[in-house]
Amino acid sequence: MAFANSPDRLAPNATSAKVVIAGGIGTGKTTMVGAVSEIPPAGTEAWITQASRIVDPSADVNAKTTTTIATDFGRVTLAHDLVLYLFGAPGQPRFWPMWDDLCRSASAVVILADTRRLDVSFPAMDYFENDSDVPFIVAVNLFDGVQTHPVEQVRDALGIADSVPLVTCDARSRESVVATLLVALRNTMVKTPPVAAG
Amino acid sequence: MTTTVNPWVRPYVLTGGRTRTQHQLYVHTLVSAPRYDQAVAADLPPESRHLYERARAGGTQSIAELSAYCGISLGVTRVLLEDLAAADHVQINDGVYDSPFDHRLLKRVIDGLRELA
Repeated sequence: MAFANSPDRLAPNATSAKVVIAGGIGTGKTTMVGAVSEIPPAGTEAWITQASRIVDPSADVNAKTTTTIATDFGRVTLAHDLVLYLFGAPGQPRFWPMWDDLCRSASAVVILADTRRLDVSFPAMDYFENDSDVPFIVAVNLFDGVQTHPVEQVRDALGIADSVPLVTCDARSRESVVATLLVALRNTMVKTPPVAAG
Repeated sequence: MTTTVNPWVRPYVLTGGRTRTQHQLYVHTLVSAPRYDQAVAADLPPESRHLYERARAGGTQSIAELSAYCGISLGVTRVLLEDLAAADHVQINDGVYDSPFDHRLLKRVIDGLRELA
């Protein structure tokens, strides 16, 4: 991947922004982060040093043999003084307390959904509807590049308000992920006053 | 991938029992070591030295990156970085925007991503 800016050249006084990628287990959070990050999505196991590797009952869906233990994050240098971080919010219930920390001072949230298992994204929907003030969008990850359900059907099934943007994306595609992030950030601009209180 | 620097010491022993930091240090808050001094590094406890050296070697980077790279839990990383900042060894960027929803920030990120696409 060719990036115009080397991460080493980020100015000491640079500004960072953060977008959180949420969604249930196996919805493609790690893939999405990896599609645009200039560093490998680092599973920050150090976050929870006491946690032992857990066995997730749904981890074998899509032949996924390991699941993100704490969180993945990625970095996209946008200018010599601007960097965007993407943080995957771990889907397992035991990590939910971490979401408050992850979402603090986030600019936008993307909730990933898999139409074959919409239920795994319900907890994320609940959290961002009720417990967070960060504007969110929902992105249906097209695992095979094929849309299996009409988007509006997904909106009904997930109970997403009409005011929440709903898009499809291919989490493997850098172009598609960038487009999804743009929708999320523009949504925040629509939902917030120009200079919002922190 | 990474191992805890000193696995035989309970994490909060390293911080003198402190678990809270003075300032809000987000996972994406940027840290740098523009005035890196080898003599300072030599006098630091191992975990702090590791963070200090990584802050220099890796360039300006987030608290999450420093935590992950050094294999030090996020909570401990925050406390140790704050000590390093209080001693003027590292610089913590509070950021120029008060809010993550500041439209000037959002617009810059949007423009940056559009160039990337």
